[in-house]
Amino acid sequence: MQSILFIVFLPLIASVIAGLGNKSLGAIPAKVLTTGALFISCALSWPIFISFLGGNAEAAVVPVLKWVQSGNLSFDWELRVDTLTAVMLVVITSVSALVHLYSWGYMSEEPDQPRFFAYLSLFTFAMLMLVTANNLVQMFFGWEGVGLASYLLIGFWFRKPSAGAAAIKAFVVNRVGDLGFMLGIFGVYLVFGTVSIPAILADVGNHAGSTIGFLGYRFDTLTVLAILLFIGAMGKSAQLGLHTWLPDAMEGPTPVSALIHAATMVTAGVFMTCRLSPLFAASPAAMEFVTIVGACTCFFAATIGTTQWDIKRVIAYSTCSQLGYMFFAAGSGAFGAAMFHLFTHAFFKALLFLGAGSVIHAMHHEQDMRYYGALRKKIPLTFYAMMAGTLAITGVGIVDVIGFAGFYSKDSILEAAYGSGTGVGHFAFFAGITAALLTSFYSWRLVFLTFFGKARWSQSEHIQHAVHDDHGHGHDHAHDRHHGHGHDDGTAGYHPHESPLVMLLPLIILSIGAVAAGFVFNHAFVSEGEGEFWKGSLIFSEHLIHAMHGVPMWVKWAPFGVMVTGFLGAIYAYILNPGFPAAFVRVIKPLHTFVYNKWFFDELYNFLFVRPSFALGRLFWKQGDIGIIDRFGPNGAAWVVVQGTGLARRIQSGLLTSYALWMLAGLVAAVSWVLTR
Amino acid sequence: MTDFPILSLMLAVPAVAAMGCLAVSASTARMLALAATLVDLVLGIVLWKNFQIGGPQWQFVEHAQLFSGFSWALGIDGIALTLVVLSTFLMPICIGASWEAIEKRVPEYMAAFLFMETLMIGVFSAQDLFLFYILFEAGLIPMYLIIGIWGGAERIYASYKFFLYTLLGSVLMLIAMLWMVNETGTADIPTLMAYNFPRGVQNLLWLAFFASFAVKMPMWPVHTWLPDAHVQAPTAGSVILAGVLLKMGGYGFIRFSLPMFPEASAYFAPLVWGLSMVAVVYTSLVAMVQTDMKKLIAYSSVAHMAIVTIGLFAFNRQGLEGSVVVMLAHGLVSGALFLCVGVIYDRLHTREITRYGGLAINMPRYALFFMFFTMASVGLPATANFVGEFLALGGIYQASSWVALVSGTGIILGAAYMLYLYRRVVFGEQKNADAAAMPDLSAREFALLAPLVIATLWMGIYPESFIAPIRNDIVYLDARLASAKPQGDAQVTAGHPAPAEHAEHHEGAEHAEGSEK
Repeated sequence: MQSILFIVFLPLIASVIAGLGNKSLGAIPAKVLTTGALFISCALSWPIFISFLGGNAEAAVVPVLKWVQSGNLSFDWELRVDTLTAVMLVVITSVSALVHLYSWGYMSEEPDQPRFFAYLSLFTFAMLMLVTANNLVQMFFGWEGVGLASYLLIGFWFRKPSAGAAAIKAFVVNRVGDLGFMLGIFGVYLVFGTVSIPAILADVGNHAGSTIGFLGYRFDTLTVLAILLFIGAMGKSAQLGLHTWLPDAMEGPTPVSALIHAATMVTAGVFMTCRLSPLFAASPAAMEFVTIVGACTCFFAATIGTTQWDIKRVIAYSTCSQLGYMFFAAGSGAFGAAMFHLFTHAFFKALLFLGAGSVIHAMHHEQDMRYYGALRKKIPLTFYAMMAGTLAITGVGIVDVIGFAGFYSKDSILEAAYGSGTGVGHFAFFAGITAALLTSFYSWRLVFLTFFGKARWSQSEHIQHAVHDDHGHGHDHAHDRHHGHGHDDGTAGYHPHESPLVMLLPLIILSIGAVAAGFVFNHAFVSEGEGEFWKGSLIFSEHLIHAMHGVPMWVKWAPFGVMVTGFLGAIYAYILNPGFPAAFVRVIKPLHTFVYNKWFFDELYNFLFVRPSFALGRLFWKQGDIGIIDRFGPNGAAWVVVQGTGLARRIQSGLLTSYALWMLAGLVAAVSWVLTR
Repeated sequence: MTDFPILSLMLAVPAVAAMGCLAVSASTARMLALAATLVDLVLGIVLWKNFQIGGPQWQFVEHAQLFSGFSWALGIDGIALTLVVLSTFLMPICIGASWEAIEKRVPEYMAAFLFMETLMIGVFSAQDLFLFYILFEAGLIPMYLIIGIWGGAERIYASYKFFLYTLLGSVLMLIAMLWMVNETGTADIPTLMAYNFPRGVQNLLWLAFFASFAVKMPMWPVHTWLPDAHVQAPTAGSVILAGVLLKMGGYGFIRFSLPMFPEASAYFAPLVWGLSMVAVVYTSLVAMVQTDMKKLIAYSSVAHMAIVTIGLFAFNRQGLEGSVVVMLAHGLVSGALFLCVGVIYDRLHTREITRYGGLAINMPRYALFFMFFTMASVGLPATANFVGEFLALGGIYQASSWVALVSGTGIILGAAYMLYLYRRVVFGEQKNADAAAMPDLSAREFALLAPLVIATLWMGIYPESFIAPIRNDIVYLDARLASAKPQGDAQVTAGHPAPAEHAEHHEGAEHAEGSEK
């Protein structure tokens, strides 16, 4: 298990060297170093996972360094490896290694490459610290560390004002969740007297039914703790209410979106819920809360996904929605299914993002799908990769026979939600089915808009620039217009090129994952034997597994039905009758406006939080500090002194009579004091 | 080693060097000041190395009777040790920061700084009440001069405000001290720390000390001197002001208010919580709308210091230890942030945020350092601030979940104003040609900032080096406060586990917690 030290710390070392060396080190050495470190980490991670898969490995903790000891609150730097960690290790290191490789191509024109690769490796390190944490505070370290890396990478193109704004938003919104997480840790320490995860989980049973005072009210102890911690998860995993940062995070380079905002960081909340599953499972109220938040998010984000034009934003809302699935799986008690979906989703969503990046690369940084079309023949490998990803996310497969990755994990989630038999479970099931319909629709919409139909490239400014740059040398304006006129096929004379091999290779590998991951790992993650696989690293319920198998036939086939319906709807709207979407939008104008503007969350938060904060700040500064405290404090004191000296000056008039009068008054006062005492 | 008067030597070295500075030329004064502060730093490290963890509470004790009850009594416990070491660590950095920025009256400037070092170390090591008072108040004078002579355009107003505020509080403290010595017949601080003052008088004494420490801290609403003082002070003045002088308020609470008047401290704890909660939210919001970099960081200092008072009045070990760590961490990080401002102020001579922008393009190394200290100020784990804030907030949570929640919003607001500052200064396009032409960090500036990075990371990753010396002192203090400790609002009831024996075990554990924390 000592290899875990290399897995975790190699990316850190590479990151520090590449980051500090920066331009004096040069792009190539920085890239070789960071990518090499990640491939070594990845190569070391798979054997660990496989040994857990084979059932011949035991959970282990590798101590690193003492951290804090204060009274009986103590926590150390240590690396825990168990089944749950092993699953995350392969997800993180595999996707990260592939994203590093992919970035060789995608970022090749970037002058600042060492910085980019250093950030990527730093992120990987922080994420690995998060998943290997044996205590809540180290998990919080990883939690904040990935937040830092996410901030740096979203703001990587720091000259763009929108990138800077998105970076701050991501960090600050996450901090709202982090406050909940932190209070949760404090509460856990108060109740359990420790922050060590195994010790907490072992002691959960002793606190069932106890109550705690919180903010002046009394609540069930475990419910308060679980919900506080879950607020942290909501921030990191972009759940409804704290999701607003995720779409904006697409300002970052696309490989970042694939690694951080799809495959790994945003799943940290799900991981945390699973890691602490005995705590959550001990509080039915908290489980209901998790289920409802997850179900609402999966539906809400899917609706927005159907209306967006930016290819990355569609995938971002899709990610948000899929995270909702994972949460309501966890809330229904199917933690194994949640982790399974996390696992498969990591591969197919990273694939979709990297595929989108390949499209963007081919289309000269154009991200608006309205200006795509007919790319299937131009970039065939990217097309096939995106197809694999889409088949996986929409859950194509035949019940009890075979299917793509998302088919296994999503179906088991829906079955678990239904099978849990509770009211919120059924609510989640129907929200999930509706979201699955929308998922199928927007995913195929993306594919059809991008790869099918006629080319609509000529209206894109990016494409025009590209064409202008290619043909503009030595040509006058008139020729240019003539040139454009010559291509009324909508291509504007632009020729998209397939991405280089370093970008295609990760796409191919991830495609294999998207196709096969569900089939290969289904048994280990979510079957009767899953207890042997998880070995107590998360709660799994044999009872729920049986309930999942016992759900009615229509429940099993419902995902298939909505998947086909969504697919047919997308074919009709974007292939057979391309005028239909615009006409339909006209009919449902108010609803479309509402959904297209992301349910107006940004506007609401601006109105409720951002603007009042600045207004209050100005009020406190100008009226509070200057207007009241200074005016009546030091400036008031100065005023009194000035008035007092003015008075003294008048008394010292130089007139003998006036002095005599004061002397008399003083004498009278002195005498009367002596006489009366 | 124990007989050697190392503390007196540490006081004497800068004092003698200060006299020497007045007699020599500008360049010699710089060298002399640097040499003296480095000697003191070495002595500080020797002190740290020789401090026996788990040994007697007061070490390196010196005592010389002077006249009529007034004595030259020095000695340090672990808390004082860490603050002394912090002071000696920051001083050479301050001298280095003034190397080129100060051009007029250099010998006098260096002398003022060296005198200040003597006074600061003296404050933390004084064991006689009056010696403490004299050093505590005398510390005002060099700072007053530094702001008033080498400060910016509004320096007279700022220095006047600084002096007025801090002196006002001190008068009440002096009266209280006179009464205490009269009552107990001793001015020996360790003796007084164990003396049980009558309950009725405690409140008045506590308030008298509070008046002084609240201003020094500074707590809302007596904080308005700090932004002005920082803005007008030269860079090194700001570093020392934020790094060490602000710590005297917190040190005062630890040394006087809490151990000498435990019941009064408990009685007034809600007042301190209230003022601190207001401070966190209020000053964070004010920081957000500042257009002057130094003012922004000054307001953020008020918010961070509020975490210190919250932790101190949590009445448990996590809160107390966390507060000490926040003080040390804030000394490093806000000092470093003022240095970062100083670096670009020296180039462009303005603190207006809007005059900068896009510095990541022409000053990448600077951008990296500034990023690091921004994140440290925001309290990212593995930096010093996190350890302190986490413990302090964790401590107060045991006393009141409301206070923990409200003061916890500081981590959100802190991220907002610091990142907003960073974005406006370092990110974006280069808007101003003069800002775009600024060169990156010089070797001297690099050498000033790099040790602060190392110290901040050290304290964040392995804080044991800093917590170990203070651990026993916190245990003493916690024991002293135990009788007055207010009830927390959590009041966790026992659960209903299946086997009965577990419940008993749990109750036993809770009992043990109560006595240990």
